[in-house]
Amino acid sequence: MSATPFDEMHNADGSIRDPYLILEEWLKDQPPQALGLMSADAESLFRRLGITFAVYGSNEGTEKLIPFDIIPRIISALEWRRLSKGIEQRVRALNAFLYDIYHRQEILKAGRVPEKLILNNSAFCPEMMGLDPARGVYSHIIGVDIVRTGPDDFYVLEDNLRTPSGVSYMLENREAMLQLAPELFQRYKVAPVETYPETLRRTMESVAPGGIHGAPNLVVLTPGIYNSAYFEHSFLADQMGAMLCEGQDLFVEGGKVFMRTTTGPERVDVIYRRIDDDFLDPLTFRPDSMLGVPGLFDAYRAGNVTLVNAPGTGIADDKAVYVYVPEIIEFYLGEKALLKNVPTYNCTNADERAYVLEHLEELVVKEVHGSGGYGMLVGPASTKAQREEFRKKILARPDNYIVQPTLALSTCPTFVDRGIAPRHVDLRPYVLVGDDVRITPGGLTRVALKKGSLVVNSSQGGGTKDTWVLED
Amino acid sequence: MLGRTAQNLFWLSRYIERAENMARMFEVGYRMSLTSRREGGASEHLISMMQAAEVDEGFDAKYKLADVKSVADYMIFDEANPSSVKSCLLAARTNARSVRTALTTEMWESINAAWLEFAAIRPRDISGAKLQELLFWIKQVSHRYRGALLSTFLRDDGYAFSQLGNFVERADNTARILDMKYYVLLPRATMVGGEVDIAQWTMILRAASAHRSYRHVYHDRYKAWNIADYLILRPEMPRSLAFCVDWINRTVHMLEDIYGTRTGAHDAVDAVAELLEGNSVDRIFEYGLHEFLTEFINCNNRITDALAESYNFY
Repeated sequence: MSATPFDEMHNADGSIRDPYLILEEWLKDQPPQALGLMSADAESLFRRLGITFAVYGSNEGTEKLIPFDIIPRIISALEWRRLSKGIEQRVRALNAFLYDIYHRQEILKAGRVPEKLILNNSAFCPEMMGLDPARGVYSHIIGVDIVRTGPDDFYVLEDNLRTPSGVSYMLENREAMLQLAPELFQRYKVAPVETYPETLRRTMESVAPGGIHGAPNLVVLTPGIYNSAYFEHSFLADQMGAMLCEGQDLFVEGGKVFMRTTTGPERVDVIYRRIDDDFLDPLTFRPDSMLGVPGLFDAYRAGNVTLVNAPGTGIADDKAVYVYVPEIIEFYLGEKALLKNVPTYNCTNADERAYVLEHLEELVVKEVHGSGGYGMLVGPASTKAQREEFRKKILARPDNYIVQPTLALSTCPTFVDRGIAPRHVDLRPYVLVGDDVRITPGGLTRVALKKGSLVVNSSQGGGTKDTWVLED
Repeated sequence: MLGRTAQNLFWLSRYIERAENMARMFEVGYRMSLTSRREGGASEHLISMMQAAEVDEGFDAKYKLADVKSVADYMIFDEANPSSVKSCLLAARTNARSVRTALTTEMWESINAAWLEFAAIRPRDISGAKLQELLFWIKQVSHRYRGALLSTFLRDDGYAFSQLGNFVERADNTARILDMKYYVLLPRATMVGGEVDIAQWTMILRAASAHRSYRHVYHDRYKAWNIADYLILRPEMPRSLAFCVDWINRTVHMLEDIYGTRTGAHDAVDAVAELLEGNSVDRIFEYGLHEFLTEFINCNNRITDALAESYNFY
């Protein structure tokens, strides 16, 4: 890994990389104030539309905007072909893994993945054993977090197979760019992302239970307006023409799911649920859940309704299982993984743990079940006290942490207070799995707006960019 | 449509209408307090207006003195007052967020923009001309929302529930304004009102935005009989009970057409319509204006309960 991070726009000699040539010209042509004005326009546009997220733990003004950067991130057609092949391979293998884990567990019997790691894992859902979801698909909606460290070096940071969020930003960022810089779209051939809601609908319809007359009834199940991603839930429901429901709007009778409408009960066939497994059904999972629907899991088990994604998919994106994904791809597909995993140290191994504790300053430590950039140590940016704290944590519970080298995430030119400057980015493409695997060209580019920061999470001061995949 | 969606649409419209009514009522009290030359008169006008708006008890519990500042604080900005403009706009936006997918972009933006603009106002900056401007703006918010509703909303069940919320709230408001001041409208020995009566009558008409249109309809001085007729029975007056009930009636029939069934809500609406049908001011006075209005308000409230029961609000 080189010391200076890979720059998405410039070659090492300072010349402009091909996909960015037109953008560079356009940026040079902009009058000094233009980018600032466009930024302000974008912000008021997002605020007016109510594209907000809630930050947990802050009372007043709980709705915040994720900062939007007006300089797009551009991916060439060739780069995208490579990426999307690798992503497709990964999601096929992980769905096959889930099917196996909840059926014969061949991979455990073959000793390719340790049995203990799966069966004792809190993300493993024993209630799913032997259950056959429509088309054998467990994770229908997937976000794969990818970082880049060089022209040909892409790493998968993590797979999100539970309820990945952020797709509404991908769509709204494109809307904003189309409004703010229409002339760029005349000069670039950018692959459309607007097809996502239609593809989502098609995916959901393709996994509807059998025996339905007419179009299946689709709903989005949300925890409600106080959830941090509520905007996205209502946005997606609206875009694909599905009913947006809360738990209280649904009920189960005779093993079937119904919604309460103004004219009485109406049957529900496919539920895109944005409620975590634990809260789905108080009769099967957490009994204190007020968000879920009593009896929902039994209706699901009986095959009368499809849950998108299935419960128990978390076992395939668990940080401890992540290490085995190349292994998993080989086992089910008989292929080598096309996308690289970040090398990961296992702290339960004494030698590796010793190395980790020696080199905390260079490493990234993640809690196995943490998310959103919380519970994480970024070695190079940490204080001595923070490192000491994590040393103790690792020694106390070595199995609770995974440790990776600090990757030099690529940078992309970003509009900041003092003009345009490089900032670190990652990429989350969105994948839909039903009768086929479909990947929306592009995804969500998250950008760490603080100079030098490697944490791109919106809860930690990250922003987003429109992501362009160029067509040939 | 989900029962909860129907409920949210109904209340969304009610809260927007209520915000407008609060601004209108406050404006009346404010104007009268400005023109009062009597010692303590300004405060009396404000208190009497708050009684009509039914916010006087909450106010008394919190403030000692009723002046323009304290009353504006309470009626416009105080979240502890469930009927304040702020509470109404917030409740409207919360309802709108819940049913965003059921609203048109224009409707959502009118509510969201209103809330964002309102939330940015600092109450201490609002006085004098700024206060008038703010009251005008609040009424505009309601008109913008209704404009968006009328010109962009699909004429389906969602539209029906929105309209019902609007007119049930408006009928309630007009009936309450009349009821609070019913005694100044009662026929007395003197046919011509004294100065106090005229001031009170003006207040009633202004609260219903009816003081100018009154002249067009009656070509006459303010008279108690006419005022009661105007606000109760006149079908062309957009805030009269007859007008509101006519809309409520048409709208529940629209629901009957859409759903193909008659429900308890239709019976509840019929009961209200019966109070007005073929009635006259003479007969209402004979029956007792206060008794009539009390019955109307109760019957009108029952519409909300019947809608909740018939269309699965929860």
